[in-house]
Amino acid sequence: MKPLLCIVALLLACTSCVRAQSSGKPLYTYASLRNANGEAVFHAICQGCHMPDAKGATGAGTYPALAGNSKLGSPQYMAAVVLFGRHNMPSFEVRPSDHKNFFEDATLTDEQIADLVNYVRTHFGNHYTNSITAAEVASMHPQTASAKQP
Amino acid sequence: MQGEDSRLSMTRRDLLRLVGLSAGGAAMYAVMNRLGHAAESPYQGTPVLQGTPRGASVLILGAGLAGMVAAYELRQAGYKVQVLEYNHRAGGRNWTLRGGDTYTELGGFTQHCQFDRGHYINPGPWRIPYHHRGLLDYCKKLDIPLEPFVQVNHNAYLHSSKAFGGKPQRFRTVNADYRGNLAELLAKATQQSKLDAQVSREDQALLLESLRQWGALDEKYAYVAGPGTSNRRGYDKEPGGGLSAKPLDSQPLSLHDVLGSHLWSGLSDGEGYEFQTSLLQPVGGMGRIGEAFARKLEGVIRYNAKVTAIHQDQGGVTVSYEDARRSGHVQSARADWCICTIPLSILSQIPMNVSAPMAEAIGAVPYAASVKVGLQFKRRFWEEDEDIYGGITLTDLPINTIAYPSCDFNRPGKGVLLGAYLYGLDAYQFTAMSPEERVRRVVEYGSQIHPQYRQEFENGVAVAWHRAPYTLGCFATWTDELRDKHYDNLCQIDGRIALAGEHASYLPAWQEGAVTSALDVITRIHQRVVAGGTA
Repeated sequence: MKPLLCIVALLLACTSCVRAQSSGKPLYTYASLRNANGEAVFHAICQGCHMPDAKGATGAGTYPALAGNSKLGSPQYMAAVVLFGRHNMPSFEVRPSDHKNFFEDATLTDEQIADLVNYVRTHFGNHYTNSITAAEVASMHPQTASAKQP
Repeated sequence: MQGEDSRLSMTRRDLLRLVGLSAGGAAMYAVMNRLGHAAESPYQGTPVLQGTPRGASVLILGAGLAGMVAAYELRQAGYKVQVLEYNHRAGGRNWTLRGGDTYTELGGFTQHCQFDRGHYINPGPWRIPYHHRGLLDYCKKLDIPLEPFVQVNHNAYLHSSKAFGGKPQRFRTVNADYRGNLAELLAKATQQSKLDAQVSREDQALLLESLRQWGALDEKYAYVAGPGTSNRRGYDKEPGGGLSAKPLDSQPLSLHDVLGSHLWSGLSDGEGYEFQTSLLQPVGGMGRIGEAFARKLEGVIRYNAKVTAIHQDQGGVTVSYEDARRSGHVQSARADWCICTIPLSILSQIPMNVSAPMAEAIGAVPYAASVKVGLQFKRRFWEEDEDIYGGITLTDLPINTIAYPSCDFNRPGKGVLLGAYLYGLDAYQFTAMSPEERVRRVVEYGSQIHPQYRQEFENGVAVAWHRAPYTLGCFATWTDELRDKHYDNLCQIDGRIALAGEHASYLPAWQEGAVTSALDVITRIHQRVVAGGTA
């Protein structure tokens, strides 16, 4: 790219996303989070508790490791934890807008959750060969699940 | 008029006195409630625990505010009390970071706070609403000096990176122009008879009069530049003394500009019940409260005690714990009763034999993410350059909030401000960074509002609550749905175990929730003890 074009592109990028004016990786907004793949979601959100090396951490309580954790054997279990939360871990399910807190909940689509689960299960020393699809995650939502029940 | 009022209040007072005499305090309280008094706070003063505990003992888990309030009151009432605390200090989330302090978060990231002497940041609670009477009562009892906490500062900023070319606007001007333009609009609608169906002629006259006052409108009900408007939004040149002292009026923003900026979204920040003037803060940091409690409870609190199991039987409660600094050697403590204030984020992982509904409640509540970053600067440029004394700037940048210190006003020398206060997605992302990265980013973002950051920044500390080893999160995020299902089950006395803390209150994240939940729980346990002593 020619230098002038570079500058124009940079200017355009800056005016469309002034928020990102801090060096290093740009931060996600609630809207742009939708563009994050599984790997990006892990590093932007999950590693806050599960740690950058996915080894978890222990203080008065424990954040479970995602590296070498036998519970990851089930991608469905993992997707369910991300969807519905567990203990102090919040749910990342896309919920109706009447479900309001004083701060906005961060949510992930079924596709993102599937990609995140698949990413974690094939990194950090994990070598699972099976995977989960967005459609499978979609089938785990309560309304879908109850509709399937006899 | 005045006579009528005082006659009324005399009657009311007499009535209350009569009710109080004949039916006792609770009945008086109920009547006061119906009369519209006393509804502000469920706090009715420290409960008087009448009757003897007959040698009963209570083991309290957690030396945060809830645990220490319970310990303080139960000891006064004659109970044998011991407290186990995970940290090497008391206070829990009531905590102040000062120069010389070291803080290691989960993951092993250690920060050494390098603030100068006298400077601090409150990573947790930092303001006390005037109606948080329980907490204020303890501040009085513990002899903790308070000072005003400035929430709304008309000269701080509302900032949007997408409005006014990213230039921060004074709260004062946005507030005046929003109100002025709305008042003018409503006055026009009134004068054009568009409100005739809703508002009577007499009320329309009053409405116009009130709009002129509320919005600083001129005699024609217009919001235009002039002395009255400048008196609200500020001047282009301030009035002064001497030869060239004449002020220059400023030009109001149009309704279109105000609405389009979205800055109005920050105008109601100080309107909520918990943020209305007056707010207070302990002189020297919020942590003064926990520190003072700890002195009162010297010898009662065992520090560095990590609870690993809680087991109740017919006769009492046994709690296993180990040294928080090196695991392995398990010790135990036992008492007739246990008040557990351990955050649900951690308690949900500790084996404890309580009823299924209570166990479900403990595991059902997610914890909010929050991050606070304190920054030290070489000088108090916000005061020296920008006339900002305390208060809050709100921005759409990820830092969300800049809060200027409500202490040491107008002093020369260094200053520490709160450079970021994050919730939601921004908090997640900052939690995921190293502490150094958080501080670096906060300085970069903040310099878009205060360019002085680049020159004056010295050092900073960043606390991400999900990485706090003793809470694993900031506070319990109840929803209405979760409360309906679990709250009452969480607050029951289960055999010989009861919970307290902000998570067992309708004041999530507020210290008052911890205080009032502790007072409630000790009152209920005491009733059982004096009634017979068994669970």
